[in-house]
Amino acid sequence: MRAYKPKDDLQAKAYYTDRYYVAPQVPKSAVEDDEIFAADLEAIKAKFEVKEAYIQVEQMVIYINAHDIYGVLELMRDELEYTQLSEMSAIDWLAKDDTFEIFYQMLSMTKRKRIRVKYFIKNGQAVDSVEKLFRSADWSEREMFDMFGIEANGHPFMKRILMPYDWQGYPLRKSYPLQGDEFAAWYEVDKIYGKEARDIIGPEIRDTATVDRYDSERFARLGFEVPKGTKITGNEERNPQEYQEEGGVFLIKKYTKESSKVIDDPQR
Amino acid sequence: MAQHKVNYTQDGGLPVALTSIDKVVNWGRSNSLWALTYGLACCGIEMMAAGASRYDFDRYGTIFRASPRQSDLMIVAGTLTKKHAEFIKRLYDQMTEPRWVISMGSCANTGGMFNTYATVQGVDRIIPVDLYLPGCAPRPETLQYGVMLLQKKIRANKAGNAQKPKRLM
Repeated sequence: MRAYKPKDDLQAKAYYTDRYYVAPQVPKSAVEDDEIFAADLEAIKAKFEVKEAYIQVEQMVIYINAHDIYGVLELMRDELEYTQLSEMSAIDWLAKDDTFEIFYQMLSMTKRKRIRVKYFIKNGQAVDSVEKLFRSADWSEREMFDMFGIEANGHPFMKRILMPYDWQGYPLRKSYPLQGDEFAAWYEVDKIYGKEARDIIGPEIRDTATVDRYDSERFARLGFEVPKGTKITGNEERNPQEYQEEGGVFLIKKYTKESSKVIDDPQR
Repeated sequence: MAQHKVNYTQDGGLPVALTSIDKVVNWGRSNSLWALTYGLACCGIEMMAAGASRYDFDRYGTIFRASPRQSDLMIVAGTLTKKHAEFIKRLYDQMTEPRWVISMGSCANTGGMFNTYATVQGVDRIIPVDLYLPGCAPRPETLQYGVMLLQKKIRANKAGNAQKPKRLM
């Protein structure tokens, strides 16, 4: 059994660290093994500092300085033929050393190669927007801001993209509880009815095994319905399901099973 | 699902002596249940199937409308996210009375499998619900049967001028 740890400060720090299996790393190889990547790396190294570079799963990964990102991507787009930014986002390492790792996945259609450009930033630090280079970075950077709270300098419209504008908290941070914090739990009630309605509506039921004794009233057993207030013993008489009331319905043709037609050809 | 104990079944299931005016009005109401096109997720596909030719909702007088002002039945078909919650309330308020709500599928009933920060845990936290359909997603037959049950419920009510408030607040 896992040792009990107080979870009062969920928002303040990550509590998850020992909970998940950490997959072993796929083996890395040197950049010199691939001549296209080696040439690309030389071209980048000529102008910018590259801290680390390796090939993993046939893709080159390079680590650069945070302030070089615009220049590196511009060089890769204009001179190295990496014309697509297929994906970018961040990785939460706040629990380890209070940093975020930002990655940009680049694709060259002519070379048929992919390069992943990465760098680290401190918590609270902003990144440089690459929206002027790649239009796809527009929404990606907004999503990164929405989910991690990392702002992009120079972005034309730095607002949340998925969550509502008035949302508090950054859901993809590992310290964010999956079922939401206090703000998330009451968001729709507070916004529509106001805080005073919390007592009337009640908290969310998050326990999927909740047994509510009123459920037997609200959700009758189909075919065994009883009038309200009747004590349910389990020996109720079968109450055949009728589509219409006894005695027929005003202006509506009486439905009988005998007169209805059963279509047994599914391909009709 | 919300914890407030609204007795949604009160008066609905009881036999009520109806006058002939009630009968005419309820006949009209129960057989022209115009539904608001409200497909939020995969249940919406089943709702569309129920409206299409094989199951044919038109036989019941249930015709999907694109405007809340022309509809009196809201079939909440799918996951209601917290971002969307205010809009479902606004659309519900725009519907003219009398109006009814069917909560279709697990997600609309209780939040379903989406036990997360972004999902409303049951549409009855926002608007009053007349009928809950279980299933993930419910078959079109279930929705058909649900509409027939709702017609029965409408016929059992007195057709007074004002609909009884179903909401506690």
